[in-house]
Amino acid sequence: MRFVLALYLALLPSLSLAVQPDELLADPKLEERAREISSELRCLVCQNQSIDDSDAGLARDLRLLVRERLKAGDSNIQVRDYLVERYGDFILLKPPFKNETLLLWLTPFAVLLVGGGALFAMAQRRRRDSEVEASLSETDEARLKTLLEQDGR
Amino acid sequence: MIVEIGHYALVLALALAIVQALVPLYGAIRRDGPLMAVAQPAAVVQFLLVALSFAALTHAYVMSDFSVVNVFENSHSLKPLIYKFSGVWGNHEGSMLLWVLILALFGATVALFSRGMPDDLRALVLAVQSWVSAAFLLFVLLTSNPFARLDPTPLEGRDLNPLLQDPGLAIHPPLLYIGYVGFSITFSFAAAALISGRIDAAWARYIRPWTLGAWIFLTLGIAMGSYWAYYTLGWGGFWFWDPVENASLMPWLAGTALLHSAAVMEKRDALKIWTIFLAILAFSLSLLGTFLVRSGVLTSVHSFASDPQRGVFILGILVFFIGGSLALFAVRASALKPGGIFAPVSREGALVLNNLLLTTSCATVFIGTLYPLALEAVTGEKISVGAPFFNLTFGPLFIPIILAMPFGQMLAWKRGDLLGAAQRLVLAVAIGVAGMVVLEAVRGGPVMPAILAGLALYLIVGSFVEIYGRLRGAKTLSNMISRALGLPRSAWGTALAHAGVGITLFGLAATGWGVERIVTVRPGEPVAVGPYEVVVRELAPRDGSNFKELVAHTEVREAGRVIAQMDPSRRSFTTRTMVRTEAGIVTLGAGGQIYMNIADVRVDGAMDLRLYWKPYVALIWLGCLIMSLGGLLSLSDRRLRIGIAQRASLRPQAAPAE
Repeated sequence: MRFVLALYLALLPSLSLAVQPDELLADPKLEERAREISSELRCLVCQNQSIDDSDAGLARDLRLLVRERLKAGDSNIQVRDYLVERYGDFILLKPPFKNETLLLWLTPFAVLLVGGGALFAMAQRRRRDSEVEASLSETDEARLKTLLEQDGR
Repeated sequence: MIVEIGHYALVLALALAIVQALVPLYGAIRRDGPLMAVAQPAAVVQFLLVALSFAALTHAYVMSDFSVVNVFENSHSLKPLIYKFSGVWGNHEGSMLLWVLILALFGATVALFSRGMPDDLRALVLAVQSWVSAAFLLFVLLTSNPFARLDPTPLEGRDLNPLLQDPGLAIHPPLLYIGYVGFSITFSFAAAALISGRIDAAWARYIRPWTLGAWIFLTLGIAMGSYWAYYTLGWGGFWFWDPVENASLMPWLAGTALLHSAAVMEKRDALKIWTIFLAILAFSLSLLGTFLVRSGVLTSVHSFASDPQRGVFILGILVFFIGGSLALFAVRASALKPGGIFAPVSREGALVLNNLLLTTSCATVFIGTLYPLALEAVTGEKISVGAPFFNLTFGPLFIPIILAMPFGQMLAWKRGDLLGAAQRLVLAVAIGVAGMVVLEAVRGGPVMPAILAGLALYLIVGSFVEIYGRLRGAKTLSNMISRALGLPRSAWGTALAHAGVGITLFGLAATGWGVERIVTVRPGEPVAVGPYEVVVRELAPRDGSNFKELVAHTEVREAGRVIAQMDPSRRSFTTRTMVRTEAGIVTLGAGGQIYMNIADVRVDGAMDLRLYWKPYVALIWLGCLIMSLGGLLSLSDRRLRIGIAQRASLRPQAAPAE
């Protein structure tokens, strides 16, 4: 059974069974923090899977490492920094905000602003155009006035 | 012999596709009727040839003809029959053949059901469609021939990847491909309109059924894929923001935007340029998806092919069609006159807002999916963009969409009354807020799930307020029913589809209330999961046709009473020596599910189990089904039924009871 399992883990790193009973920390508070941190760390050998979801051997090692650091008294940020130091930004599923990722983080807002701005400008122009159409020339205005005055009399 | 006929039919289909791509195009430019008339029979015969080719490959699979490389690599004589059929598209070559088959099917459908359409438009649409199919036929024949032979013939095949031997994954690719490829028709219509220079409300009406059809299938395909991931991958996750999933989400977002802007174009002759652009965008994103999945640029659960030659070929197709259509767009779009004028607060205005938000969320998925690839290609630096990024960017973009959806239904065309709409939505808002408060009070914990669930309730109720307003004046029940039946089906379709989004959102919100247990137990030891108790009665081996499995006969109890049973198992597939877990899933009240997975079984009989209580989780996929049903209702609206104009004009002479 073990052999089959090992073989299967080797063949299918993405088929996940994730966190196993023997990994859980006794302190539920600490365990909750471990889960929270793990869900934002990438299993380096998988496709966009967090170490919390993955059952690759490496993911298990990383989960154990996270729990070890937490037990040693690290804060969440310290644990994350420790792993980034070892594995680089690649391990963060939420990329840090820095020069290389400016474009990534700002694109959604830029598209929304530029798109919204363009729509607003277009609406303004349309309104101006329709006002121009609706407004009367000076001579028409004068004629209308005389007509109304005649009518009033 | 049959295999060679299949191969030859594909070559013939390519030759015919080239004819169909050129002759009607030339005919349309020269206004030559007979040349344009080539398009229809060519499209039908092209479909028949590709269908013959597909049938030949299917025959090889069903007969277990291992002299065909493709069959040898992906089949086994003992494989259950359904997977012999689905195995045809469970691999790169076969799935590309399915792609081409659906492409040709759509072409043939346009050829057969377009009697009301101007001849030159039809000729151009079929010509453009055939450019696409010629490119993909060439791709299949040159880089991904499914009919290659093996000599000597092996005695037995290597079997299909066990992950794919699943009813869900048997139908997932066809659904998804009909959706993906369905947008090729709207693309062809857009290109045809740009070539001919005529774009009007009638054009918007022609593309609407195709857009709706593609959208319905894409919705179902994505939902199916997500449910498959949920029950197969073993811990109940259903969406991972995996690039392959994003590849199907992007055309869906663009297609949803297209559906709405085409409605504006049809009713008010406005947003023409934008609608054309979205039609191009939706199919471009489908092509991008095909490239991402089929080129091996990414390696993920879904990708089976990695061969740079293929990648470069698809990239060529991608650049040709996206570049070509955008160039055509740039040259021709400025000639289009903007149509009907509308105030910012109006049905049109709401749909423009919908389009802005949907395209922005689509751009977000796009940049999140491709940025890591681009950054690595340019600087060599590797970064990851995963769920936390998308939750932070895509999530906030969707909340205003949800808030605005009921308003959009309520506003009048041209100039709407925002305050009046708000007053009519008071009930929906009240139910939403009350839902938030009550759910938070009952469930406790973080507030986010309750807020999202409240939003979902607001949307579900709000979706029907417009219809309720139309029925309110009825005096009697029968009067009300006849009024309800008299409403245009598209009104019901909109309401249902919008409510479907709300139902899905409710299911997503409820994931925050789930309970998880990770335990080691022996048979007979009960485990409490949420309000229920789960006990494995016994572990027993069982033999399947091409696998052996260890089944845990399990009971679910509530207050000591057995309310359900399930049989999760671990399957080992003999040919590929792979183990796959089969989750045990029981659906209880209101779409909640007990989910159980056997992570490991020790020699001494102790089992590592993962157990979940996921309240309302089934609503996620139920909502998608309801969205599709809404789409289907809209599709059956009388103004979209093909040939309705002709029938209506005939009616005075002969009016049979309908």
